[in-house]
Amino acid sequence: MNHNTATIAVRELTRKFGPFTAVDHISFDVYAGEVFGFLGANGAGKTTAIRILTGLLMPTSGQAQVAGFDVWRQPEQIKRHIGYMSQKFSLYQDLTPLENIRFFGGVYGLSLRTIRQKSEMLMERLGMQAVAHRLVGTLPLGWRQKLAFSLALLHEPRIVFLDEPTSGVDPLTRRTFWEMIRTEAAKGTTIFVTTHYMDEAEYCDRVSIMVRGHIAALDTPQALKVQFGAEHMEAVFLKLTRPSEL
Amino acid sequence: MVATFWAFVQKEFFHILRDRRTLFVMLGMPFALVLLFGYAVTTDFKHASVAVYDQSGDMWSQRLIHQMQAGGYFSVVASVSRKEEIDRLFRQGKIKVAVVIPSHFGESLMGCEPVQLQLLSDGSEPNIALTLVSYMNDISTRFVNEALGSSAQWLISLQPRMVYNPALRSVYMFVPGVIAVVLMLISAMLTSLSIAREKERGTLNLLLISPLPPLLIIVGKVLPYVLLSFFNALVIIGMGIEVFGMRMWGSWPFLLLSCLLFILTALSLGVFISTRVRTQQTALFASLLGLMLPTVLLSGYIFPIESMPTPLQVISNVTPAKWFIILLKGIMLKGGGLDALWVPVAVLSGMTVFFILLSWKSFKLHVE
Repeated sequence: MNHNTATIAVRELTRKFGPFTAVDHISFDVYAGEVFGFLGANGAGKTTAIRILTGLLMPTSGQAQVAGFDVWRQPEQIKRHIGYMSQKFSLYQDLTPLENIRFFGGVYGLSLRTIRQKSEMLMERLGMQAVAHRLVGTLPLGWRQKLAFSLALLHEPRIVFLDEPTSGVDPLTRRTFWEMIRTEAAKGTTIFVTTHYMDEAEYCDRVSIMVRGHIAALDTPQALKVQFGAEHMEAVFLKLTRPSEL
Repeated sequence: MVATFWAFVQKEFFHILRDRRTLFVMLGMPFALVLLFGYAVTTDFKHASVAVYDQSGDMWSQRLIHQMQAGGYFSVVASVSRKEEIDRLFRQGKIKVAVVIPSHFGESLMGCEPVQLQLLSDGSEPNIALTLVSYMNDISTRFVNEALGSSAQWLISLQPRMVYNPALRSVYMFVPGVIAVVLMLISAMLTSLSIAREKERGTLNLLLISPLPPLLIIVGKVLPYVLLSFFNALVIIGMGIEVFGMRMWGSWPFLLLSCLLFILTALSLGVFISTRVRTQQTALFASLLGLMLPTVLLSGYIFPIESMPTPLQVISNVTPAKWFIILLKGIMLKGGGLDALWVPVAVLSGMTVFFILLSWKSFKLHVE
């Protein structure tokens, strides 16, 4: 992780929907090669923030740069230089793994030759040669998830957004998936990840927790636990999001 | 960019080919409909049962009855002597038509006095009734022509209220109708379903987050359906002409462009529906209720627009299929060009632009 190069730089970013402020003056940096956990309860503004950072939504005010591009002026450039994956929907179930690779390769403008090389490489690395021609919908969830992650990286983006990549996956599969994430981060790719599982927050280099549109806490998991006097990230999260219950 | 677009279209074809139901609708439906309408649901008649109430009983009335049967369209199954018997026969379903020849029929004709033939037909089957009235009209005109020369045509009046199918061939009606239904089904319904499916499964998000321009997403999604719809239109027109003897008197380029125009209209409707719904279910219901029903019921395809109540006649004007059928019939049966058919062309183009603009607006809203 290189603390000198911020691949995502957010300053006073705000988004309002009518009278409701979904994202309220948030500021943070994410560094190259960092695994950045972006946590928050449902409705805390996470999704809105991600939509702005991925070029899908314009902010109301404030600044943000993603992979060196401005969210106000260069949303199209941002789209080209990021990867995106969500557990719920990242593959076409009625296409085979190879056809999915072919499609997403085409979408990101890779040449047919590159796509063919990458397909072979990927199938081998994921151990999926045997099922390369089976419909994705018939594959186990764990395999689909690995494939989806690899597809998000297909065009070698500098940043990957993982939107609850592990929801509904068993703990063992989740652990191997996080190994994949760490390996990718070690190569210098920035990982921006949201999750509902607090044990996964422990795998992140740094974690931010959003509460009602603000960033209520941002630090390494270790530092956060010390700061809030908690043993697990779960307790940190609860103290921030539901202070009245504790 | 071309490679990207091609990858997109290819993927869309995979979706279509892998989904048995879609495939069946696409390829089976046109054949099924053409055969169904061509052979089963025909409104052509042979040997319709007729009751005759001959109040005159002279030589001329006998000749008229004879001529009625000569063409093979009517068979006299009963001669009655009282009006009440006609009612009974109708109720029993033994006859489709009853002809009442007034007394002094021959005398009046010879004296060049106008004669009114009364023609009762079973209004519970309006299409059949209309067809039979028009057959009868033909026969009586010919009868007077032969008896007294063409100058005397006006002597017998049948008071046909409308002439639904003057050519006496239902193929002229059903081929344009089937094309309209099939194109509506494939272009509008399947497109709206396919976009709604991506919405429902969330893959649309994935496309929006990719560097693909929104316009390319839409064009890429609809292009396979344009091609398949166009192919289907050709198949139906071909079958109509080759198997069922549909006439084609107009210009082929104009006909094909008209089909393309209607495909675009239907696609714009399909895209419009899909921007407004979230699930495939709602897309299905919206297109069935909003598109298929009007196409079948209000386009004049099965029920003649002229015999609809006035409010429905007004509503039929917003049914794209109505204008498309007018256009197709104008080209194929009358050999009309743009000068004669600019109204339906303008209406369809207007509708297309309107719905494209409308869906563009809501698509942008969705992206925002």
